[in-house]
Amino acid sequence: MAAGCGVAAEECVGQVVLPGDVLCLPTHPDEDGERLRLGASPAPPTRLLCGPGLRRCDAGLLVTKCGLLRHRQAGGGAYWVDSQQKRYVPIKGDHAIGIVTAKAGDVFKLDVGGSEQASLSYLAFEGATKRNRPNVQVGEHIYGQFVVANKDMEPEMVCIDSSGRSSGMGIIGQDGFLFKVSLGLIRKLLAPKSEIIQELSQLYPFEMVLGMNGRIWVKARTVQQTLIIVNILEACEYMTAEQRKQAFAKLSGN
Amino acid sequence: FMQKGLDAQTKKELEEEEKKVINDEHWYLDVPVKKAKESFIVEERSFVVCEELLYGRMSFNGFNPEIEKLMIQMNSKNKKEEIEVDDKMEADVSDAEMARRYETLVGTVGKKFMRRRDQRVLMDEENCENIEIRPSKKAKKKFLKPRD
Repeated sequence: MAAGCGVAAEECVGQVVLPGDVLCLPTHPDEDGERLRLGASPAPPTRLLCGPGLRRCDAGLLVTKCGLLRHRQAGGGAYWVDSQQKRYVPIKGDHAIGIVTAKAGDVFKLDVGGSEQASLSYLAFEGATKRNRPNVQVGEHIYGQFVVANKDMEPEMVCIDSSGRSSGMGIIGQDGFLFKVSLGLIRKLLAPKSEIIQELSQLYPFEMVLGMNGRIWVKARTVQQTLIIVNILEACEYMTAEQRKQAFAKLSGN
Repeated sequence: FMQKGLDAQTKKELEEEEKKVINDEHWYLDVPVKKAKESFIVEERSFVVCEELLYGRMSFNGFNPEIEKLMIQMNSKNKKEEIEVDDKMEADVSDAEMARRYETLVGTVGKKFMRRRDQRVLMDEENCENIEIRPSKKAKKKFLKPRD
């Protein structure tokens, strides 16, 4: 590791970072007095979250993906790298939409867009027992979360949460339209106060399921409305805010 | 290995020799033990936790009322960080009543398993509460020296 301590993490927030950059964290309890910068946080952070794109190393945090460095102060502070990606890597705890490709005995094989197919046991549905099997056919869409997702094993999904309730997961119903977008757009849409979602919700009544693997399922009252929503969502990625507002204004005018 | 007739001291010496032999044969790391570094950095691979993303299933303008209810429930859980207070589980019987019942219960069930002798004592106790016959009954019969 030829690089020295590197740059302070706080300075890089919002800037582009490249793999191999070392970010050091300001207030270390073990550091000498000269290092301590008691500007923002007088007490050492109790629990710092090192998010995707970053890894822990001796000096501080090591960047492993290129992108913009983001920071959140709430809840002990978190740093992560906001990078653009189309290919999904299954991560434990993520909710994703899978398409059933095969039924192999007691297990369904789902295509989640990753390098391997995920497996889903038939008992992992709410109210499923050995006698009461869920009615899942090949080609159906399923919304579930990953319980096992690492680079050594085949990913596994379930459609119940830790208390045994489905809480919205399971087979996604009939009709509707499934399409794929990039992962960055999904995160934008799922952000707490997303303008796109707010504007869309004022257009028509509709229902939407967003999977972290880049898949979106939309259903509205008529086919035309569904297709309009799909086109807006696909185009949102490359439109600026103003262009989007213009598009919405045209639609609501019609 | 315990041999009879060995002194305690000789035994100790033999044990120590054994331990020494074993320790020399055992392999151990010569590297100085590194103190575990401050572990206040938690590695997280999911964006959901970092960016506090909302729940993925959404419905608008009443298209699917169940999902709208679910949205409110899941997203408020996300923001408020509900701490499940399961300290006091709902009990069918309150604590005070349990204590009262237990008091009486211990006596009644205990009586069933008492021996005959104790039962007689208990009955006498109950009958003659005012009269102090207890000390004389319970007092050991002292040895009475026979008169010449």
